Amino acid sequence: MKMTGAEIIMESLKKEGVEHVFGYPGGAVIPIFHQLFNAPFNFYLARHEQGAVHAADGYARASGRVGVVIATSGPGATNLVTGIATAYMDSVPLVLFTGQVSTEMIGNDAFQEADITGITRPISKHNYLVQSVDELARIIRESFYIASTGRPGPVVIDVPVDVSKAETRFDYPEHVHLRSYKPVYKGHPLQISKACKLIEQAKRPVIYSGGGVISSNASGELREFVKKTGIPITTTLMGMGAYPETDPLSLKMLGMHGTCYANQAVHDSDLLIAVGARFDDRVTGKISEFIPEARVIHIDIDPSSVSKNVRVDVPIVGDCKQVLAEINKLVKAPEIGEWIERLQKLKAENPLTYKDSEAKIKPQYVVERIYALTKGEAVICTEVGQNQMWAAQFFEYSEPRTFISSGGLGTMGFGFPAAIGAQIARPDRRVFDIAGDGSIQMNVQELIVAVQHRLPIVIAILNNGFLGMVRQWQQLFYERRYSQTCMSFAPDFVKLAEAYGAAGIRVEKKDEVDAAIEKALAVTDRPTVIDFRVDREENVYPMVPAGKTIRDTITRELL
Amino acid sequence: MRHVISVKVENKSGVLARVAGLFSARGYNIDSLAVSQTEQEDVSMMTIVVRGDDRIIEQVKKQLNKLIDVIKVSDHSDHPSVQRELALVKVATQPAKRSEVYQLAEIFRAEIVDISLKTITLELTGEPEKIDNFIELMRPYSIKELIRTGRISMNKE
Repeated sequence: MKMTGAEIIMESLKKEGVEHVFGYPGGAVIPIFHQLFNAPFNFYLARHEQGAVHAADGYARASGRVGVVIATSGPGATNLVTGIATAYMDSVPLVLFTGQVSTEMIGNDAFQEADITGITRPISKHNYLVQSVDELARIIRESFYIASTGRPGPVVIDVPVDVSKAETRFDYPEHVHLRSYKPVYKGHPLQISKACKLIEQAKRPVIYSGGGVISSNASGELREFVKKTGIPITTTLMGMGAYPETDPLSLKMLGMHGTCYANQAVHDSDLLIAVGARFDDRVTGKISEFIPEARVIHIDIDPSSVSKNVRVDVPIVGDCKQVLAEINKLVKAPEIGEWIERLQKLKAENPLTYKDSEAKIKPQYVVERIYALTKGEAVICTEVGQNQMWAAQFFEYSEPRTFISSGGLGTMGFGFPAAIGAQIARPDRRVFDIAGDGSIQMNVQELIVAVQHRLPIVIAILNNGFLGMVRQWQQLFYERRYSQTCMSFAPDFVKLAEAYGAAGIRVEKKDEVDAAIEKALAVTDRPTVIDFRVDREENVYPMVPAGKTIRDTITRELL
Repeated sequence: MRHVISVKVENKSGVLARVAGLFSARGYNIDSLAVSQTEQEDVSMMTIVVRGDDRIIEQVKKQLNKLIDVIKVSDHSDHPSVQRELALVKVATQPAKRSEVYQLAEIFRAEIVDISLKTITLELTGEPEKIDNFIELMRPYSIKELIRTGRISMNKE
């Protein structure tokens, strides 16, 4: 049977089992939207294309499925760019359809033309410009395969408007033939046995687990690995939730704003077992002094992540889930009673703390109360900056895919649209966006989407009237010159929420915090914005300054 | 260090830009680049000569391998290989000096491919170092135009 390109897109999405599509129409995609009108997908009309791509991203992170976006050519496509880069840095599977001007117009500076395959080349896992309707089905099949396998990532399909309208026979390929793309899933047995030997002999081992454990759904294998070996575990920002942070063996997050004990443990370790993590500069600080005595086992599906920043003794290229399962079969527990004792002492002596106040609302207190009142069962999305770090530090994550944050790119404005996607993926859970007053203004237009679809997201704005993280750096490293970080001109967030049809609550006193969260949790048919007026100059501690070592850690007590 | 990297790729539009992008994103200038079809119609071979820190080149090679359209990457810097390049050199020669140019061309086995009242154009193939030497010897005869193809390289068995 003959079909148009637009019909082929719909049929292909059905074959891929897509349920939800995010996007925004425009001239070059009218044929696609014409078919979308009665297609069996839930379509979420963003109010800015950036909102659509972040929502698809949040959906993908919360569900483990591929997020799908459709946007038009030119500005529609360029508005996706930040979202594509965000997903690329954090290895999130997305398939994005962009409209393109008609094939014969490409390169002529046509109306709403942008070379989006050129623009997204370094920030996507792969991209295609569809030159004939005959290759469309194959390209879509390949895109879903590429996006979701190996190290996942976003794939862009640029569809000229004449390709959407042209007709061909629809034949969805069953198999993908890509001779040049064959991700390795199974770890090398010899490397695995070498790793097991190192583990058994270790005196001071630490597991350093990252986002790869979440994306390969290896949380179960990771937990078993810890149980079998008794080795303490720290996670990256992206890896939180893979192992319960409430467990005694959890050292919580490491890195710039990680716990002192996690950073100390890694520094003092004689064996670092990196699983699905990439030794990011926010984790290592000054790389030459990161792990002076440790040998390194590195499990990662991406060969280009191995030995990139640190020397690795036992590289294992493979899927975290499969490799950990193999290791679990062989490994014997090392004798590390003394090490554990030392770390437990360190943990007890250096807890994450803040100086609470009765007069002011501390942002950390708000996060703690969200944790308590949701019994730790909420899905937490964050913006970027202080709000993100407090959300990471003062909420204890126990399940994978419950902490959703832009780690690699650090995209302000990510959290709220991502929360929309997360709420769609997890209707059974309450979803919070822990936001700052700066970040929330970057994609606040998406409020109407949450109202339209009756999504009961709670947006907890930790409102300090500053771009807090930059202000903190200015305070500590730039002589307190708060250049352009004071945001005292801000909208009335309560009225703003109400203007959109959302609920709005302002909290100015500490004893109102619980009631506000409870009131928001009682609202189930629309989003709620809570404007928490928090202590204006609270800082995130501990802090290892950029490029420094743990000896340079700044704690509250030192100031 | 100078690296000679062979990249076997799918013969598709956009592949060259992807490969080149990995070098340009690091501020690396490609010294030379040659691309053409191979024994298989749908496969192209790129030979890239680039100077850079060994560790960073190692990383670039890994990232080249990561590109969906890249089939194979090999570094010919540390393996015996046959390397060739072709150059066209146009020199502005006084009639009196022509025989000197002819003699040099003969020694290097360069061919005369065009001749006019004021110029001689020579074609030379060989190892890149040989071409460098020939060009040096041609300089006194006033080089008007010079083009090189960039090297191609094949590993020895």
